Amino acid sequence: MLFLGVLVSQGCGGEYPQSTLHPSSDSATLIDQLFDQIFWWAVGVFVVVEGILIYVFVRFRERPGDARPKQVHGHLLLEVGWTLAPALILVAIAIPSIRAIFIIDRSTPDPEALVVEVIGKQWWWEFRYPELGIVTANEAHVPVGRTVDLRLRSADVMHSFWIPRLAGKRDLVPGIENQLWFRPDSVGVYHGQCAEFCGTAHALMGMRVIVDEPDDFERWARANAAPASTPAAAEARAGQGVFMANACVSCHAVRGTPAAGQFGPDLTHFGSRLTIASGVLENTPANLARWLDSTQHVKPGNPMPEVELSDAQIRQLVAYLGSLR
Amino acid sequence: MAMTDGYSTGIRSWLTTVDHKRIAIMYFVVGFVFLLIAGVEGQLIRLQLATPERSFLDPDLYNQLFTMHGTTMVFFAGMPLVVAFFNFVVPLQIGARDVAFPRLNAFSFWVFLFGGLFLYASVPLRVMPDGGWFAYMPLTNPEYSPGPGIDFYVLALLISGVGSIAGGLNFLVTILNMRAPGMTFMRMPLFTWMALIVSALILLAFPPFTVGLIFMLFDRRFGTHFFDAAAGADPVLWQHLFWVFGHPEVYILILPAFGIVSDVIPTFSRKILFGYPVVVFSGVLIAFLGFGVWVHHMFSVGLGPVVNAVFGGATMLIAIPTGIKIFNWIATMWGGRLRFRTAMLFAVGLVATFTIGGLSGVMHSSPPADLQQTDTYFVVAHFHYVLIGGTVFGLFCGFYYWFPKATGRMLHEGLGKAHFWLSFIALNVTFFPMHFSGLLGMPRRTYTYAEGLGLDVFNLISTVGAFIFTLSFVPLVWNLWRTWRRGEAAGHNPWDASTLEWTMASPPPHYNFAEIPAVDRRDPLWHPYIEPESRAEGDEPGGAVPRRQPDEPPAPVVMPNPSYWPLVLAVGMLLMTIGGLGSLGLTLFGLLVTAVGLFAWAFEPAFGEEAH
Amino acid sequence: MEGPTSTGIPNRKLAMWAFIGSECMLFGTLIATYMIYRGRNLVPPYPHDLLNIPFITITTFVLLMSSLMMVLALAAVQKNDLRATKLWLGLTALFGLIFLGGQYYEFSHFVHEGLPLSRNLFSSTFFVLTGTHGAHVAGGVIWLSTLLVRTVQGQLDARHAETVEIAGLYWHFVDVVWIILFTLIYLLV
Repeated sequence: MLFLGVLVSQGCGGEYPQSTLHPSSDSATLIDQLFDQIFWWAVGVFVVVEGILIYVFVRFRERPGDARPKQVHGHLLLEVGWTLAPALILVAIAIPSIRAIFIIDRSTPDPEALVVEVIGKQWWWEFRYPELGIVTANEAHVPVGRTVDLRLRSADVMHSFWIPRLAGKRDLVPGIENQLWFRPDSVGVYHGQCAEFCGTAHALMGMRVIVDEPDDFERWARANAAPASTPAAAEARAGQGVFMANACVSCHAVRGTPAAGQFGPDLTHFGSRLTIASGVLENTPANLARWLDSTQHVKPGNPMPEVELSDAQIRQLVAYLGSLR
Repeated sequence: MAMTDGYSTGIRSWLTTVDHKRIAIMYFVVGFVFLLIAGVEGQLIRLQLATPERSFLDPDLYNQLFTMHGTTMVFFAGMPLVVAFFNFVVPLQIGARDVAFPRLNAFSFWVFLFGGLFLYASVPLRVMPDGGWFAYMPLTNPEYSPGPGIDFYVLALLISGVGSIAGGLNFLVTILNMRAPGMTFMRMPLFTWMALIVSALILLAFPPFTVGLIFMLFDRRFGTHFFDAAAGADPVLWQHLFWVFGHPEVYILILPAFGIVSDVIPTFSRKILFGYPVVVFSGVLIAFLGFGVWVHHMFSVGLGPVVNAVFGGATMLIAIPTGIKIFNWIATMWGGRLRFRTAMLFAVGLVATFTIGGLSGVMHSSPPADLQQTDTYFVVAHFHYVLIGGTVFGLFCGFYYWFPKATGRMLHEGLGKAHFWLSFIALNVTFFPMHFSGLLGMPRRTYTYAEGLGLDVFNLISTVGAFIFTLSFVPLVWNLWRTWRRGEAAGHNPWDASTLEWTMASPPPHYNFAEIPAVDRRDPLWHPYIEPESRAEGDEPGGAVPRRQPDEPPAPVVMPNPSYWPLVLAVGMLLMTIGGLGSLGLTLFGLLVTAVGLFAWAFEPAFGEEAH
Repeated sequence: MEGPTSTGIPNRKLAMWAFIGSECMLFGTLIATYMIYRGRNLVPPYPHDLLNIPFITITTFVLLMSSLMMVLALAAVQKNDLRATKLWLGLTALFGLIFLGGQYYEFSHFVHEGLPLSRNLFSSTFFVLTGTHGAHVAGGVIWLSTLLVRTVQGQLDARHAETVEIAGLYWHFVDVVWIILFTLIYLLV
């Protein structure tokens, strides 16, 4: 079993996109190193205790003809010993733990940090970049090497923000603004999901944090701050009509159009996202059609109703949403 | 298995019984049934998670199942099984004829039973609670949890909580006040010691939870704002109230198991407990510290580094008395003559597996490490090692140990060992891989997980383990059946144990002790074997002897009367509880029944005339 | 009814002490909640708009006096002075009833002034805290009344002084809780 564990920790992060053992930021690395330290202490204690136990089982098993053993009431020195030894190990664990918690649990000291507001909603994530004028959902882009300063709020119930490879969890508590920060150290797509039970679709409240090279991030930020462009293709234009004529607009916003709903995710640049329905499906035209056709099947319990749409309308909507890049 | 000695039989005698041994059996049977039900719920959860993206259960049903699984295991399987052992063993170990308040004892059982039945009434009505056993606000307020599901949770726990508090009160007074002459505190068997500590824990830990439940009930039914952020309240208050109770609750479940093991290991090592006072006081210390660590369930809430550091440090401290116990058990076995009967196997199984749960516990006592581990399968692995490797193994240990005393029959050793090895293997196969699924990023309370996260193998192994768990109950049930048909007679003291319960016939007579013994030492039945030089100071040869002079006639035995009123009172409270779902009339009627029961109870003579 | 106990304290008395310990946790939690939420109320009316301190001071005094009556009742029953026992038990229960009447008046006045239970955070915490206490007083009044009835029927005398003593323990505890509530809710408004 331990062998399995070592195997896992040697494996590369790509196979375990949500692993706490493959950190890619300063904060997650700090925790991982601390965990390693405690883990090896625990392994040591485990081996000693189970080793003695097995020895005792073999050595002191009753054999036929054994007399009653000598009765022992206690042994002061031994008992002091096995009080002090664990205490010392715990001190060895407590010191780095407390040091780390005073780093992680405080606001970031970095004045250059990129502020991102995170609002947890049943069952998706809204990301707002107040300095950049961006509102997006379920996928946050951040530049590599720059501290990200998250401001976490909840619109309804408790949620917990968790991107294992970038940071430990921080809860989103109604009525309170929480903070969480990390500085990603390598480019990539990082998986995360809600870690506090929040109702029916809690398991499907996923998200991605995409760590870009600074240039790529600049490009993404410029594009996403802009309003949506008018679609060029005829089918997409038809899709826009379907969108505006149906229930979509009451919940979704597409900046630059009359659609200004606030209840669901902002779709202004939906086409540039990797996933649909907060990480449930890869963002492909086929998946999008499936999602629009049967939201309750793809993500049971989610608040998006199954609007009656013809196949043609769905095709047009898919074209329109895909064009929102 | 019939206990006819001095007993009346028939259904009525069970409904009105105030005998601690019969109440123990009722607690055990009901608790065991709930254990099986909650086990099936766990098995269904594992089936759903066997492979990624399965649709065996829909999400709402899944959420209901894990809520019922946790709530049932803690409140309607773990607690009653613990209390079953309190009931059967404590009066016998301290040399008493019953508990201090026999009718209150019956009442505790009935409200517990009604609480459990009430909770499960939500199943046929298809409105099981789905907020988790922790029921975090605001998810559980009517806006996000409309329908009566959460009300079933709140009301069931309120009514069964009344029974728990009454039980805690009863056993606290019983142990403090009903000890046989000479049974000083430092001569009490370890199980009785842990029962005393746990009784105090119940008395102190349940009220905050009761208050929290009342707040939740009022928020849900009467529109108050205790957890409403919009009104200025802090929903995190619920988490504080829940865990101020919830963490001591863990010790309410584990300390009795420690007590059982502390009695069983010496018996099957033929050696007195090593460092008795240290084992006792480490239990006291665990209970005491248990009230100061609840925030470690809330490290990710964002209470700040100071709070987290203080509670992290306090949590680490608990590892010290726990470690002491483990080392003292090992030292007891050291140099002993170990007999690996089934009870002993479960005892050492506890020592071996609880150690794993304890060590993973130390891992998340470190707040930063916990920020990655909390609410993941790593924690699920941890507390199942603690609650199965600790509590359940401890309870099975006690079951195999005291079964001959309770029934007068011996269980089959081969089947017992098969049961042990299957459950030992199942525990490790099911829950060890969860450490990995947790560390690799699998959150708890999720009805599915995506392919490609690297979680598939671990989950599949866990599910296989769960099947082995189910299988492990086959030899147990077979063993019970076999013993029912033709178990060998047990005799007074089949294990050559050292404490008072082994001085009487098996099963014990209605009145337990024909004469209350006088005790002048720890381990009274072993006094011939304890060498004079190693005796504690002040011990004289003797052990447990009748106090009476040889020519003196025996004192009359006065036993408590059977009574209907505990049942009536409990029915009244059940009616109030059902009324709590929305019928004021029923609540008032229940209040009336309760009041009638209370008055009749108060004016009925509690104790009868001589019984023999 | 029961033999000598290991601690020397009768079972029922020990149980009452343990119960009071448990009740301390109950009221402790309720009081802590009230104090945590003090000043966080967002919706009017606020405590200082409604709390009538002079009026509650009077009912508080009455409740305190009832504790004195309780002491006298116990002393009387221990001396087997049953006439005095009836008088003091009756007065204890009566003073408790007066206190409850005051609470009823206060609650209905608040509701009339626009503070029903579900109004705001203040109403939630105030009514549940003082209501729980009131329920305890009511339980005590019923208990004392049964003792009074039994005394009148001649079923309670000096041999049952312990029963009166235990009821007294409860009654004093409930009074002490009120002193704390009065201080925290009314005097520190």
